Amino acid sequence: MSQTANRVTTPAIERGRLTWSGVSLSLHAVLIYLFLYLPILVLIIFSFTRDAFGVRWTGFTLDWYVRLFNDERLMGASVNTLLVASVSTLVSTILGTLMAMAMERYQFRGREGVEALIYLPVVVPEIVMAVALLAFSALVFDLINALTGQVLRRNLTTVTIAHIAFNMSFVVVVVRTSLRHFDRRLEEAAADLGADSWQTFWRVTFPLILPGIIGGALMAFTLSLDDFVISLFLSGPGTSLLPVEVYSRVRRAITPEINAISTLMLLLSITLVLLSQLLQRRR
Amino acid sequence: MSDTPAIELRDVIKRFGETPAVDRVSLQIGDGEFFSLLGPSGCGKTTTLRMIAGFEYPSSGEMLIHGRSMATIPPHRRPVNTVFQSYALFPHMSVEQNVAFGLQMQRLPKQEIAPRVSEALELVRLGHLAQRRPNQLSGGQQQRVALARALVNQPEVLLLDEPLGALDQKLRKEMQLELKSLQHRVGITFIFVTHDQEEALTMSDRIAVMNQGKVLQVGSPTEIYERPTCRFVADFIGETNFIDGEVVESDGGYSSIVTPDGLRLRGLAPRTLPAGSAATLSIRPEKLRLTTLEQAGPEQVAALPVSVELVSYIGSDTRITVRLNEQRTLDVWEQNRRSTLDRNAYWQPGEQALLFCPPDNALVLAE
Amino acid sequence: MRLYWPSEQGSAASSSCKRTKEECRLAFDLIERTRVQRDRRNLMALLLPGLLWLLLFFALPLLIILLYSFIVSGPRGNLIWQATVGNYTDLFTRAIYLNAYLRSIWISLLTTLICLLLGYPLALFIVRQPPHVRTLLLFLVLIPFWTNFLVRIYAWQIILANNGLINSSLRALGFAPIQLLNTEGATLIGLVYGDLPFMVLPLYAAIDRFDFTLMEAAADLGASRRQAFLRVMVPLTMPGIVAGSVLVFIPTLGQFVVSELLGGAKVDYLGNLIQRLFLRSNPPNWPLGSAMAIVMMLLLLAFILWYFRISREEDR
Repeated sequence: MSQTANRVTTPAIERGRLTWSGVSLSLHAVLIYLFLYLPILVLIIFSFTRDAFGVRWTGFTLDWYVRLFNDERLMGASVNTLLVASVSTLVSTILGTLMAMAMERYQFRGREGVEALIYLPVVVPEIVMAVALLAFSALVFDLINALTGQVLRRNLTTVTIAHIAFNMSFVVVVVRTSLRHFDRRLEEAAADLGADSWQTFWRVTFPLILPGIIGGALMAFTLSLDDFVISLFLSGPGTSLLPVEVYSRVRRAITPEINAISTLMLLLSITLVLLSQLLQRRR
Repeated sequence: MSDTPAIELRDVIKRFGETPAVDRVSLQIGDGEFFSLLGPSGCGKTTTLRMIAGFEYPSSGEMLIHGRSMATIPPHRRPVNTVFQSYALFPHMSVEQNVAFGLQMQRLPKQEIAPRVSEALELVRLGHLAQRRPNQLSGGQQQRVALARALVNQPEVLLLDEPLGALDQKLRKEMQLELKSLQHRVGITFIFVTHDQEEALTMSDRIAVMNQGKVLQVGSPTEIYERPTCRFVADFIGETNFIDGEVVESDGGYSSIVTPDGLRLRGLAPRTLPAGSAATLSIRPEKLRLTTLEQAGPEQVAALPVSVELVSYIGSDTRITVRLNEQRTLDVWEQNRRSTLDRNAYWQPGEQALLFCPPDNALVLAE
Repeated sequence: MRLYWPSEQGSAASSSCKRTKEECRLAFDLIERTRVQRDRRNLMALLLPGLLWLLLFFALPLLIILLYSFIVSGPRGNLIWQATVGNYTDLFTRAIYLNAYLRSIWISLLTTLICLLLGYPLALFIVRQPPHVRTLLLFLVLIPFWTNFLVRIYAWQIILANNGLINSSLRALGFAPIQLLNTEGATLIGLVYGDLPFMVLPLYAAIDRFDFTLMEAAADLGASRRQAFLRVMVPLTMPGIVAGSVLVFIPTLGQFVVSELLGGAKVDYLGNLIQRLFLRSNPPNWPLGSAMAIVMMLLLLAFILWYFRISREEDR
């Protein structure tokens, strides 16, 4: 990560001398980590409780998980969510990687404008993007209706298109970082050894930026799974997505079943972050 | 050996923006030659090499490899291979895969690739490390992998871009000898870019000294050192004393100059210089002779009375700064041929002495 | 091994040297032009698909709500194509909207400040650990960062609910339960909890770059620990402070999930109003909602521009 040379100040406890600032800093850290993890732990624990309200511990049971897998609405929403996340990840990773290559490798007029357009989705609040896409889809559907008489509804496709639009920016950012760390001389070396530009890309460039691309893809997948706001605005009736379904149930009441599905979502996120960390370690 | 040069550059110019990085360079490099491009950083030597490799294209001028124009040939179709400054080994491939890469690009059958790869690795004595990744190797080993990776393709010309720059002093010396003997064995033309004059002198058959995009002089190491044709080359290669003055007399390949402080010195003149023109006399410190007043015998050359000012003993040599007058000092190196601890065997500051500047050891260069 | 490669082309001597200068120049121009054209084709192939996608599904929709914010909303929520600035005057004159803006800005600033006060010591603590511990601690901050926001907010319901963890503990200890859920305090807890990782990560990056010998230099020159911290460490880690603040401020300003799930939607924040105007209210009012979204975006852009100015000043 970084050099330890400038790390002159070691924790007070390490130096064998207890100082107030050292102790209070450690105590503070412990409390913050408790604050960060207590709710998550509570959630996991209460997904195994017998209590029907899911807020008290009255004994261990796996009933809620069983019930979960028999809940067709939740299962359907889960499948929808995974589908949207997979497709949007695939498309946004491809488009984003190509764009990152263009931005890192070429000088062209209007580059600053494109740059701004790429970063804007990262900084525009989700809700603004959501209402804009809602208005846009309504307008397009009205136009199609007027022209062809067809009545279209918002469905998984509209959500997927929207997810691609905001995922792509994150992919571009991540892939650009790995392209910037890539030594261009390796490409010259490949050309020098007789590889044409196609061979150079697939044999040298691609394998070396692959961790970055996978990192970007994992980020896109996570964002897509987590997204609630855009999904809420853009998914049509009957095509529920998991976060939207969870939200609508949570607004009504806490149930252990929701605790259970939340726990599973948590496990998935942790798996994904572990994967991305492993990839970074290998680099 | 064919009479067509391996590499020929004709009036090659390369501009980055407005400023020329390489300015009207013409070179002919023969088959099997060990040729060095020597110059300070930013002199255009690396750009010249990159144009031969095909990573840059000349803004104008022609470049031929064995008589073929390279104007439209991309790097991957050129019969040259490069050893890069930082080696540019593919980090995701083993040593063996790195070396095999070029042959795979030529679409050679597998059974032909394997023996050639191991041959090349044996050539650089790395057969035992074939399965390692580049980052598991030392700098010297990486350097040899880069060599094997280039040589295995049997290029017509091997380009080396400061390949020893990243190595420590001792390893550098070793690799210089190894490279030289390797070149003898494989007989390929080597073009070697370096800013280290000692390295260039040690290894090259011929050297082109470059500065500010121009080739100033091309010649053998001896020619470059003993007969530099301009002030920059004399200054850049080795060390020298410069004495500025005005030409007063030229005859039979010699010129005499007179300095503002009244010294009159004679030296070899590569070109006949008209009397009255400004010129510089260059004489290397080891070619000046210093004697005590008593030793002064009947000499051909006028002796200049000097006083010893600084004496540095550096083991093989003693380096002495002598003062001629208020304004002028010169450096004189004497080899310590005799092993002795006798103080009197060495010069002492403050001593009076006589300095001889033999005309055959000095060069008169035009400004 | 015969590495020497005899030149077969040796005799095919250079016919090119007979070319005139003019021919050579033309040839060079042609080669250069094809090279440029190929480069442009490659660039277009790489750039266009993504660029078109962003233009069509991001820039154009934003333009559409910009357009909508200047038209009139009909009585049944339909759009009446008639130019007006009425939506904007409504926003700045009617108390319900003005209050929503002020409340949103206020709670966003408060959240940012609390995250900073909690996050800075934590980041400092992490930086000062030995490398392997540091990696683990950072990883523990990263996990919530990657975890579903909705789920993490929901977890607080279990803790804060009237029959939840805290109140049942209070009851068991014989105290009277207190109202925790559906209060503004709960909203604040949820926001801080949700955004803290966004603050810690950039702070960590900035403090990690900080040269701690500077603190000793400051002490050597007579600065107290407090003075050294304020005069040396804070200015030098300012880019991290500002980056973290932007990352916390942006999502907080537009949020509506936390205030609905934990705050009980008792007071209106910007996000809640916009969501209602678009999805729930009867009739919906898209032009007004669009105007609210546009003003919110402008606020954020101003905030971000300010951030870039500060971080650029720090670079100098």
